[in-house]
Formats: sequence, C-alpha cells, structure tokens
Amino acid sequence: MLSRRTALMAGAATLATTRIASAQARPIRIGEINSYTTLAAFTEPYRKGWMLAQEQANRTAARPFETLFRDDGGRPDQALSQAQALLSTDGCDFLAGTFLSNVGLAVSDFARANRRLFVASEPLTDALVWSQGHRYCFRLRPSTYMQAAMLAEEAAKLPARRWATVAPNYEYGQSAVRWFKELLSRARPDVVWVGEQWPAQGRIDAGATVQALLGMQPEAIFNATFAADLLAFVRQGQSRGLFRNRAVVSLLSGEPEYLEPLGDEAPEGWIVTGYPAEQIATPEHTMFRDAYRARFNELPKLGSIVGYVTMQAIAAAVARAGSAETEALVEAFRGLTWVSPFGPTEFRAIDHQATLGAYVGRTAVRGGRGVMVDWRYADGRAYLPADDIVRQWRPQG
Amino acid sequence: MEALIIQALTGLASASSLFLVASGLSLIFGVTRIVNFAHGSFYMLGAYLAVSLLALLPRGDPMWWWLGVLGAALAVGVIGTVLEMVLLRRIYRAPELFQLLATFGVVLIVQDLVLLIWGPQDILGPRAPGLRFSIEILGQPFPVYDLVLITIGPVVLAGLWALVRHTRFGMLVRAATHDRETVAALGVDQRLLFTAVFALGSTLAGLGGALQLPREAVTSHMDLAIIAEVFVVVVVGGLGSVPGAYLAALLIGQVHAFGILVLPEITLVLIFLVMAAVLVVRPHGLLGRPLAHARGGEAVAVLRAAGPRVRQIAWVALTAAILLPLAGSQHVVTLATEAAVFILFAASLHLLLGPAGLVSFGHAGLFGVGAYAVALAVKHWAAPMAVGLALAPFAAGLAGAAFGVMCAHLSGVYLAMLSLAFAQILWSAAFQWVALTGGDNGILGVRAAGWEGGGLAFYYLTLTLCLGGMLVLRRAILAPWGYGLRAGRDAPLRAAALGIPVVRLQWAAFAIAGAAAGMAGGLFAYAKGSVFPTYLAIPKSVDGLLMVLLGGIHTLSGPLVGALVFVGLEDVLTRATDLWRMALGLIILGVVLVFPQGVVGAVSRRTRDA
Repeated sequence: MLSRRTALMAGAATLATTRIASAQARPIRIGEINSYTTLAAFTEPYRKGWMLAQEQANRTAARPFETLFRDDGGRPDQALSQAQALLSTDGCDFLAGTFLSNVGLAVSDFARANRRLFVASEPLTDALVWSQGHRYCFRLRPSTYMQAAMLAEEAAKLPARRWATVAPNYEYGQSAVRWFKELLSRARPDVVWVGEQWPAQGRIDAGATVQALLGMQPEAIFNATFAADLLAFVRQGQSRGLFRNRAVVSLLSGEPEYLEPLGDEAPEGWIVTGYPAEQIATPEHTMFRDAYRARFNELPKLGSIVGYVTMQAIAAAVARAGSAETEALVEAFRGLTWVSPFGPTEFRAIDHQATLGAYVGRTAVRGGRGVMVDWRYADGRAYLPADDIVRQWRPQG
Repeated sequence: MEALIIQALTGLASASSLFLVASGLSLIFGVTRIVNFAHGSFYMLGAYLAVSLLALLPRGDPMWWWLGVLGAALAVGVIGTVLEMVLLRRIYRAPELFQLLATFGVVLIVQDLVLLIWGPQDILGPRAPGLRFSIEILGQPFPVYDLVLITIGPVVLAGLWALVRHTRFGMLVRAATHDRETVAALGVDQRLLFTAVFALGSTLAGLGGALQLPREAVTSHMDLAIIAEVFVVVVVGGLGSVPGAYLAALLIGQVHAFGILVLPEITLVLIFLVMAAVLVVRPHGLLGRPLAHARGGEAVAVLRAAGPRVRQIAWVALTAAILLPLAGSQHVVTLATEAAVFILFAASLHLLLGPAGLVSFGHAGLFGVGAYAVALAVKHWAAPMAVGLALAPFAAGLAGAAFGVMCAHLSGVYLAMLSLAFAQILWSAAFQWVALTGGDNGILGVRAAGWEGGGLAFYYLTLTLCLGGMLVLRRAILAPWGYGLRAGRDAPLRAAALGIPVVRLQWAAFAIAGAAAGMAGGLFAYAKGSVFPTYLAIPKSVDGLLMVLLGGIHTLSGPLVGALVFVGLEDVLTRATDLWRMALGLIILGVVLVFPQGVVGAVSRRTRDA
C-alpha cells in the first residue's frame, strides 16, 4: 500500500515537473507521415532511429522536440489528409517523413501551397528536388539519380557489353533504369541494351521474368527490384541459372532490410548500394550503432539511419535558426552542415538535396547470411550533376 | 523455340498455384454466393502458418516438409470453418453483397494480425528438401519444384472432380450451385453444407499459399496481390465451375508468361484485358452457366421519399453543415469537404447498386476520370474552375455510357468483374501514360485561385454541388424513370413485357452515375490539389462499396450516412492508432452483425416496427 502510494506521488511529481517544464518551453512539434502499415519493414526501424535522435536532441535542446507519427497507408490522398490535420488540428510546426515517391511529391506540393516546411526523408524521386523542387521542401536520401550514378560508375569498369534491365514498373524503377542507361552509355559507348523487364511492384511473376531475361542473353543485368520482389527474383534466378557467369548490378539490394531475409540464399558478387551496418567503424557510426543497440537491442537497419539522420538534421537546423518558424528554418536548412553517422553531411542550398551518400560494394555470404564486402562510402556530393545543370532542371526563383 | 517451351512450362507452374486458390473461391461462390475477399487472406495465412510450422518440424526431411505444408493448409481450413460459423452464417440472409463487406472486414483484421504475429520483415520460407535442384530441359536449367507444382494442379483438379461428380457431398454441392433454395426445400442441412464447402475452399487457399513458399517471399501484402488475379480466374472460368477455373488458370498463367516477353510494361492490366475480352464473348465465362438468381434475403421494400421526421433531421443536418466552419478548425472544414465529395460518390454508386441492381466493383474508375479531366484541363490549358467542373462530369458521364454499352448483357458478379476490369484498364492508362498523366507521381498543383481546397469558398461550393447532385439522383430514383429501373432489377421479364426499355434505362443509369461520380472526382482533385492513379485503383472502389453498404443499400439516405461514417471513422482511427485497419475491420464486423441492413436500414426498420 505504502509503495503504491509512493509510486503514485512520484508519478504526480513527475507529471507536475513535466507540466512546469512544458510551460517554460512549448515543445517543437513535428508532424511525421510515413507508410507505417504498408511498408513496416522499413518504417519500424525508421521510427526507432528517429526516436533515438529525438531523445538525444532533447537532452540538450532549449525547447524539447515532440513528434506525432501518422500512417499514410501508402496513399497520397491519405497523406494529404494527415498533413492537413497535423498542421491545423495538432499544431505541428512543420512536416517530415514519407517513403513512397508519389506520397512525398503530394506532401511537398501541399507544403508549397501552404508555405510550410517539409523535410522529406526517404522518397527517392528526382522530381522532389529538381523538376518539382521549391523553397519549402528538403530531401535527405540520395536520389535515384545519385544511386544510379554510383552504380553506373562501377558498372563501367566491368567488361560486359550486353546489358539487360529489370525494375519495378513505377517512377522509382523507371527513373533508375533511365539514369543508369544514360550514365553507363555515356561512360561506355560500346554498351548494348538488349532488353527490359518491368514487373509490377510487389507482384513479380519471378519465374517468367527470369526466363524472359535468360532469353535476352545479356552479359550483365541491372536490377532495381527490392523487398519481396527481390527475394522471389533471387530465388528463381538462382534455380534457373540466371546469375551464373553474369554480372549483376543492383540498386538498394545491400540494405539490411532486403539482404537479411535472403539468409544463406543471398547472391554472391552482386554490385549493390546498401548499408553494411555491422562493419562500418568510423567514430560517428560506432557511436550511433552502440547507442542504437543499447536502446533497442538490435543492429540498426538503413531505415534506422534515415530516421535518425532526418531528426538529427532537424535538431541541427532548429539550433541554427534559433526558432521553429518556417522561414527561419528554411534559411537554416539551406547549406546546413552536420555530422551524421555517415560523416559530414550538408543540405545543399542550390537544390535542397542532402549530400548523404550510400555504401557501394559487393554481396557475399558469410556465416549463413548475406553481407556486403569490398565496400566503400560513396559521398553523395560526388554523384550530383554540375550546378548549371541543376539550375536548368530546378525551377529558379 | 526452346525458350518459348520453357516459358510455357513456367506459365504452367504459376497456373497450378493460381488454380489451387481459385478453385476454392469458385466452390465457395458457387454454393454460398459470397464474394469472398478474405480468400486472399486465407492464402496468406497458409504461407505464414507453413513458415511457423516448418520452423517447429525437423528440417531437411522431405516428409516433414510436406506434412508441414498440409498441416498449414488444414489449419487454414479450421480458421475458415470458424469464420463461417461465427460470422458468415449469421448474415446469409442479409442483402446480397453485404457478406462482401464482412469478408473485407476480415481482410483488414488479418493484415494487422499478420504484422503483429510475424513482424514486418518479408520472410523467405524454407524450400522443399530434395526438390531444391534444377534439371536441364532443352538445355536450360528448370527448377524441379516447378515441375512438381505443374503436376499438383491436375491432381487436385482430378480429386475435386471426383469429389464433385461421385460423392453425395459433391452432388449436394452441384445441386446447391444450381439452385440452393430447392436443395434446402428438399431437407438438406444447408448450414452443414455451407460450412463444409467453406472449410474445403479455405483449405485449398491455405494449400496454395503454403506451396508458394519455395517460389516467393512471404509478405503481408500477398493477400491483396493475389485476390484480384484469383477473381479474374474464377470469373473467366465461370463461377462455380472447377474445371473452368483450371482452364482459366492455364490461360492466365500463359498470358502472364508470354505477356512478359511481348509487353513487359503492362503485365498487370493484360489479364484484365483478357477477362474483358472473354466476358464480352462469353458472358458467363468459359465453362460457366447462367446463375439461377439467388433468392436469399428478404424482398426489397419499395423505396419511398422520406417521412416528415427524416426531413426535419435532414434540415438540422444541413444547417449544421452550413454553420460548421464557424465552430470547427481548418481540419474540420477539410474533412467536411471530403465527406461531401464522398457523399456524392457513394450516392452515384448507390444508384447502380441499389435501384438499378447493377453491381460495380470499378466505380473509382469513373471518379478518377473526373479527377483526371480536371487535372489535365488545369495543367495543359490552365482552365478556370468552371470549365474543370463542367468537364469532369461530362468526361466521366461519357466513360460511364461507354461502359454501359460494354456490359449491357451482363449481370451479377460477371458485371461486377467487368466493371473492375474497366477500372483497372483506366488505372493502367493513368499509371503508364507517363507523358500525359505523370504516371504514379500524378499531376500536382491542381488549384484555382480563390477556391483553394480547405478554404471556405470551396467548402460551400462543394457542399452545394454534392448535396445538389445527391438530390438530383434522389429525384431520379423517385421519378417514374427510377421506378422503371427498379422494375427492371426486380423482374426484368415483366418489366420488358410492360414496355419498359430496361437495357436503355440501365445504360442511362451508368451514364448518370458516371457523371455524378466524375463531379465528385473533379471536386476531389481541387480539394486535394493533386491527382494520382490511386484515385482510380481498386481500394477506392472498395471504399465506395463500404460506404454504400455501411449505410444500407436499400435506403435513400444510406449512402449519405455511410459516407459520413466512413470518412469520420477513417479520420479518427488513422490519427489515433497504427492498428487502424484492425480497428476499422472490427467496426465493420460489428456493424455487419448488429445492422445487417446497414446503419440506416436498421434505423428505419426499427422506427417502422415501433
């Protein structure tokens, strides 16, 4: 009885102190929208990474951060409803998040119309910072263009001349293939493109797709499928001998989200972009990984990085602006530099794209699971087009 | 040549797994007339349960692997049985399609349960021991497991055929597929028969899912990925026909395998094109026969205009809607705008579902045509709002009329599936024609100065147009035109004998419903400021069905109440919890069990009884 009363009183005391604290400084409220139900494999670690960064920031921040996480169900219209509610009803200071490119573009368009800040974390589409770019939207992840450029650089070193592509049939896949083809052809004019496969996202008919690729008799394959499609593609490809004596260059496949489920069936020797979480030994990353492990008792995934770094950047921008007011924050984000677990990172003023990079390496199987080997960090800065081209692509003014 | 043969073999393997799932759905539909959306969930549960079971059993021994797969299938059969006894059995007498609502609630619940139990990671299940290798066929390696699958299809087909042709149970199944009332009148225990068929069907779906383990990843979206395809197979084959399902599975499997070679970009829509073609030539599928009209449920009361009390409530509600911006926040205005749009959308679907008796699973197609008409007009011609809002109903009305011509000779679920195909074809146009529609990135910046979505002016405009549109539809239903439509639904022969041009009335109903849905879509485009292919996708069509069914199909105010309930629930639930799908599913099940006539249907019945 006594202990219960003590507990109650202690609870009341904490409540009272938090209330006093919040009276002193109203928390900065972030409205975060993501595909929590439809893409949980990515967004759950993402939210964990975000929470970790928020807790770290709140230890020192003048005004604490508070994040409201909302699900968009993978639908742009639902994301727009959430965005509206987060700003008007929940009193959020700005918006962040999103995974799918079309959802990201929808929220970005909403942000432009309402002149509110939107920090896009994951959507890869180039349109977000270039053709549809605007003052109020910033994007963290290396875009399809950047990652395709990283892979095209490696692919150009291969002897292969006959190339085939396979990519999910939506904007991400389409622009990945387009850029990869353009950049590789530029570096290697002797390359011949022998065919394309466009499975529907999430519904690949893997056997038939693999068989069709075999029929094209390519020397190398560029793959942009991921998640469940990738698993089925790898399995059918292995059993039908598609990867025998063929180079494969594959977007995102080194990310733990997609490599781990493959277990000992992970392909060997693919050139991929990804994130070798357990091997990166820079001080920034080790600090992050240890903190993440201590907090959640597991290795971070790439989603954890994206969530963590987004929140980290927000905290840095707010500190730089000294306020959570939209225009001040926009100015603070332009040219913002901070040290992420991947190293020094910047939000470019020219197109609001972060210079966060990705790890490029080869896949291998070690101890019954897929890992990345021979990897290096490809800094995003090096894989962006020249400034005058960016100015042509992005509406100025 | 060799490559083509291998491609055909690959198609056969896919056909087998499609057939396993489709045969179960076909049996269930044939006997119970339930459009079972949860069949995809059974398939998914089969795969997940097999993963869990195989993790418990000794690894590496073929016998244990096959036992595990069978065990998972049987476990799904048990789940199906329980579902039938606890849920569906209570609502067989509800209006047709209401069971669809219930099974959709189950889909939502299972999606969240799977995430809770098995976690979000995609799982690569264990492959069949002893069958992991490939053999050379015509110089190309081919997985042996796929050969095994190719044989499993015909084996199951033969087993089912023997069961249906040569057992008493099969005889009853055939009889019930043909005319279930007569079977009941002859003293056959229908409940037992329905339960048994449901158990068999769900076991087959579970088996189909479990057998996919060596071929695909197990994910929480397998259910919806397969269900549309399986519906296509069942309809192309002919509802209730197991051999038809096999034939159709073969056809679809080959269409997939060779479609990939010729037109890799349009794999998804190809099967819908095939289905549309088959249904235009053979309205009852390849091996199907015309369905005896299922006489389940009660006679539909004649729709009448509302009484004075309902009118009073309506005036109060209208006043509240007009005064709403005074009290509410920006978000409430946005939400109310959206609700008004969906009221018109639901009312237009209701015109088809209720008075016309034309089941449409593709109503979002017409909604989307309206939305894209506005977006394209704004983007390419910088059209003012008046032009956009005139264009939207016009374009969608035309689309509706065109669709009405296509399916003049279809009815029931065949019509529903053709409408689904129609919407999918429109969807793929929006998705694929990137130069015109921007693909899945959609068209942004659909705005008109002074009429911003979320603004007061736009709210009142939407309220006026949507409620006005709804009143026009209501007037049409209560006019002689609507009586003719209803006569055509209830007794087509008698109506024709009386000189009512039933087909022409139905055709007009499609055009009018299309125009109204298009108006809703156009307003939605302005409200959101952007359009996306998701506006024409299957889930939007399902949303529309949910609204109409939630409200009550045989009432005039049902769609209004249903849309309000749906929009309100979705807003509250998605903001309150990540488990909103489960919450929504549970609420749907609750409504289905407590108000089998829909919310409004229940209220009006209660007041009538009182």
